[in-house]
Amino acid sequence: MKFLCVECDRQMAFDERAVPGDGTMAAVFRCPACGRKTAMLANPMETQLVSSLGVKVGGRTVPNENFEGIRAGVEDPRDEALPAAPLTNPGPVRWNVDAVERLGHVPSFVRGMVKKIYNEYARERGIEEMTPAVMDRARSDLGLEGM
Amino acid sequence: MSSGFRTYHEVDELRSDLPDQIAAGDERVSVRLASVARVIAVMSGKGGVGKSLVSGLLATALARRGDRVGLVDADLNGPSVPRLLGIEPGVLAESRNGFAPPSSRAGVRVMSMAFLMEPDRALTWREPADAGFVWRGAQERGALREFLSDVAWGELDVLLVDLPPGTQRLAELHALVPGLAGIIAVTIPSAASRDAVARSLDLARRRGLPMPGLVENLSGVRCDACGGLAPLHAGNAGAELAERFRAPLLARLPFDAALGAAADEGRLEEWLAGGGPTAEAVRTMVDVLRAAPATR
Repeated sequence: MKFLCVECDRQMAFDERAVPGDGTMAAVFRCPACGRKTAMLANPMETQLVSSLGVKVGGRTVPNENFEGIRAGVEDPRDEALPAAPLTNPGPVRWNVDAVERLGHVPSFVRGMVKKIYNEYARERGIEEMTPAVMDRARSDLGLEGM
Repeated sequence: MSSGFRTYHEVDELRSDLPDQIAAGDERVSVRLASVARVIAVMSGKGGVGKSLVSGLLATALARRGDRVGLVDADLNGPSVPRLLGIEPGVLAESRNGFAPPSSRAGVRVMSMAFLMEPDRALTWREPADAGFVWRGAQERGALREFLSDVAWGELDVLLVDLPPGTQRLAELHALVPGLAGIIAVTIPSAASRDAVARSLDLARRRGLPMPGLVENLSGVRCDACGGLAPLHAGNAGAELAERFRAPLLARLPFDAALGAAADEGRLEEWLAGGGPTAEAVRTMVDVLRAAPATR
C-alpha cells in the first residue's frame, strides 16, 4: 500500500504510528513536499493481519523480542512459562504511582512487554524512577505511540 | 491513467519495508541454524500413525549415541513430545540469546507448545472476530519460525522437527529451512495411510527434498510364544511407498505394549536401553540418519 499526494505528485512517507489499544491501528503518512498528512485507519481485522505477519507498519522501533509473536498472539499461555522478568538485571527501575496508573491503561496482553520496553529505556539512560514524563520521552524517542 | 495520477507500480520513490521485515525474521532462522549440522523432518500425511513416537525414539537413540540432538514439536495444536520424553513444563529460562530448550534425561533439547500452555487448554489465538482462518496460518508459521529462531539450540548434530499431519507445515518448514537435510515419513500398513502419506511424499519429491527413508509403525503384533508377527492392519503401505518413492524402508515397528507404556510415562530412554528387536530397529534407523548429508 502506498499513499500519493495528488497535489504534489509525490509519494507520502510514513510519519508515525498509533496503537490506541482497541485493536485498531493508525498510521500517519506525510507528503515530503507540502507536509500534508493523511492517516490510514486500520480496523481490527486489518490490524490483526499485519500483526500475524510479525511486522510493524513504518518499521521497527525496538528490536525483536524472543517469541514475540507467540507472546502477543497465544491466548492464555501458562503464566510461569514466559516470565516478564528483565533480560538482564543492571538495577531495578522504580515506578511511581502515576506511571503505574498510566501503565494500567495498556491492554493486559501486551502490558508486560510494554513495561519491559520502558524499563530497558530507563536502564540504558541510568533513569532510576519511571514517571509519566519519562514514559512520554520514551514514546517519543522509540516511536511507541499509543503505549 | 484517466484519473490523472500515477498507479501503484508507477509510484516507487519510497519502498515499503514490510517484505524486508518478513525476510529479516526468516534470516534469523538461518543464523540460528548455522550451528546445526542437519535438520530432518519427521512427517506423515496421516494423523495417529506414530510420528511423535518415532521422533522421540530417534532423538533419544541419537542422544544415547552421544550426538547433540534437538527436537522441535511442530504439532502446535496437539503437542506430545514433552510427555514422550518425560519433560515437565516449567519456567522457560530466557537470555538475550533466546530461550533455553528444556532437556530430556537423555539430553534431547526440546521446544514445544506444551511448555507454553496449560495441559488441558486448547491453543487459541487472540483474534478480533470470527475470521481467524484469515491469519491463523500466518500465526502458526510465525510460531514455528520462533521455535527455530528464538531458541538457543546451540551446536547440534541433528535437529529433528516433528511435523503435524498434512502437508502445509512441511511447506512452511521448507521455506524457512531451504537446505532441509531430509524427511523421514511415517506410515501404518493400511491403504488409507498409504494414500495419505503418498500425498505428503509427493510434495517432498516435487520440492526435491532428500528422503532418508520411511518407517512403518504398528506393523503387527509379536507373538510372545513364537516371536512371529501377526498383522494388525490389512495392507503393506511401508513397502509400497518405499518402492513408489524409491526410498528405503528403514524399519517396521510392531505394536509393543511396553513401548506404549514407556512413551506415556516418558521412559523412552529406559525402553531403548532394554534392547529387543524393536529397539534394535530404532538403532538401525539412527545409523541411516547419522549418515544423511548435512543441511545445505
